[in-house]
Amino acid sequence: MEGRAATVSELRSLPAWVLGLVPLLLIIAAVGVFALLDGPGLGERRGPPAEELAVERTKLTPGVIELTVRNDGPDAVTIAQAVVNDAFAQFSGADAPIGRLDSATVRIQQPWIEGEAYEVALITSSGGTFAHEIPVAVETPANDLSFFGLMALLGVYVGVIPVALGMLWLPWVRRIPPGWLRVVMALTVGLLAFLAIDATLEGFELAGEGSQAFGGAALVLVGGVVSFLLLSGVSAWVASKRAGASGGTLALLVAVGIGLHNLGEGVAIGSAYSVGALALGAFLVVGFALHNTTEGLAIVAPVAHLRPSLGRLAVLGLVAGAPAVLGAWIGAAAFNASLAAFLFGFGAGAIVQVIVQLAPSLRDDAGRTLHPAAVAGLLGGMALMFTTGLLVSV
Amino acid sequence: MAELTRRKLLAGSLAATSGAALLHSTVPHSHPWEAEAAAQHHGAHGAGGGHADFRDGRTVDHAANGFDPHEILRDFDWGTTRRLASGRVVREWELFASEVDIEVAPGVTFAAWAYNQRVPGPTLRCREGERLRITFVNGSAHPHTIHFHGIHPAEMDGVPGIGAGEIPPGGKTVYEFDALPAGLHLYHCHVRPLAEHIAKGLYGAFIVDPAEPREDAEELVMVMNGFDTNYDRANELYAANSIPFAYMHTPIRVPRDELVRIYLVNVLEYDLINSFHLHGNLFDYFPTGTSKTPSEFTDTVMLCQGQRGILQWRFPHPGKFMFHAHQSEFTELGWQGFFEVT
Repeated sequence: MEGRAATVSELRSLPAWVLGLVPLLLIIAAVGVFALLDGPGLGERRGPPAEELAVERTKLTPGVIELTVRNDGPDAVTIAQAVVNDAFAQFSGADAPIGRLDSATVRIQQPWIEGEAYEVALITSSGGTFAHEIPVAVETPANDLSFFGLMALLGVYVGVIPVALGMLWLPWVRRIPPGWLRVVMALTVGLLAFLAIDATLEGFELAGEGSQAFGGAALVLVGGVVSFLLLSGVSAWVASKRAGASGGTLALLVAVGIGLHNLGEGVAIGSAYSVGALALGAFLVVGFALHNTTEGLAIVAPVAHLRPSLGRLAVLGLVAGAPAVLGAWIGAAAFNASLAAFLFGFGAGAIVQVIVQLAPSLRDDAGRTLHPAAVAGLLGGMALMFTTGLLVSV
Repeated sequence: MAELTRRKLLAGSLAATSGAALLHSTVPHSHPWEAEAAAQHHGAHGAGGGHADFRDGRTVDHAANGFDPHEILRDFDWGTTRRLASGRVVREWELFASEVDIEVAPGVTFAAWAYNQRVPGPTLRCREGERLRITFVNGSAHPHTIHFHGIHPAEMDGVPGIGAGEIPPGGKTVYEFDALPAGLHLYHCHVRPLAEHIAKGLYGAFIVDPAEPREDAEELVMVMNGFDTNYDRANELYAANSIPFAYMHTPIRVPRDELVRIYLVNVLEYDLINSFHLHGNLFDYFPTGTSKTPSEFTDTVMLCQGQRGILQWRFPHPGKFMFHAHQSEFTELGWQGFFEVT
């Protein structure tokens, strides 16, 4: 009994950080010994090497198909030969085995014809094949200044201008009675809810295309949780400084949320353009303008009772719309399906956080949130997004 | 348009709006080869040069494989003979089945099953009417047989359940029958699953020379085959005598104006047909080699799996002449080569 008491008191005399460190050191030591002994008792690995390759980027230049592949399997992969549309082809790159999570770029000589479909098969040293389909061959735009200018223009067309136009509803929102304002706020929440769902689904779709070793669909959820928590922290911090989230703070948060969403949207547009899947027609731009104009309404609704300066409104508009430009650059120049999936999740999480912030403003005099007018507004907002979304599609 | 996500919609349907293209940059509609890159990658072994080829014209390590398609071309295994008191010749071979890793394309290893450690197995050659004794030893981990095409008793047919049936790992049997009829035949394993046992390499040519010999000629054996390296029941590689592009990298040298005779056997699994096409010439074709009268004077023949025939012609002109499957897909996946007439 005495000895035990002594031990306990000795432990108590140690600083807390030492006690915290001991298990960590033991874990590191155990892992080290386990690795040194090569997994004692587990025996040899069974079966042939498990090879996995994901194509992260396809670049077409005259006479050349360039694929950037990532090894997302457990074993190294050696690319021995390349076949394009059932014919062996000359290529350079990937001379050495590609280690786990490493990537390599193969440049395949192929006199490809614009508009035709190609299947590239990479044959590994074990005889396995990884086929990559190019549904429609189109030259990948060069990453020069004029291209970045084009992407910036595209971002302005689909992001900045529509949001700015939507903000022109401010004078109207300012004059309507409180009951109507609540409906407009509900409409805003409906719009955002639709965007959150849309972004999540797109994120999952992209995650399926990307390298699964980085988490696949989990990336979308991680992105969502991270942005939700980050924005919650920021808004709590702002609120503690200003004692209660003002309409101005709310508007900024809405703008940030929408901005993050437009970042993801820009990535999707930029990448679609760079692979030739997106024809930049006037109709598309008009569709996006209508679609994203509603986002402007969402920003101004919370500041209806304030008198924000024009400069402040401009900042809000830029925060919400300009990320589309950045996204288009990222998507066109350095598209990575896993990164894009994460960004879509990030945008969705931000929007959910904004919805949480906006929810109290829907309350009527009786304190109900989901009163008939609010429900009508919510449904109206989702319907509006759905309908204008269809415009983008045709 | 039933798709809901905007990205899909963008990707799928916007071609329709191209007429209203607002920002579309101009894209050239022809794609000249990158001359510099092309020069850098072709030339290395004199291979490629506009033809489909392995990376940088590399070749497999024939020595490590233990067989060379150029040697297989002219390698006729006559076995060993002894004469019975009756004066009849008994011709004997020993074949053993085993598992061998072969390099089927530079850097690509295939886990093959082989007779006498080569794919195709040895070209067994005999004369019409001889007594043949083939001792089969199964040194692999799977049951196998040797099923010969030709005329023989049922118990010598090398199929499961009849005669010796399946020969288990470590087992042994003797197939014994008369060399009949004269012609070009083949042998292969006949154990279920048949496609796998054949596609992995258990096959070879079997030639029965007629009692009255054929005219002297430059004789070559070509067993048309392929390899399903990723086990999806479709071939990744095609060839004559196993190694794709082998006769592109090193042409087959034949003398001008002399009779060339090819014993052509198709064992290709998974594809319905295979073919042989000769450039700059036509040949006499003797299906199964059973008649001395050609059935056709042509430059292209089509064979299903198990079909075979003898081709004869002379090259009047010197130079390099291609031969290949006339399914372009097979051609560019390996089944093409050159004759070099000197």
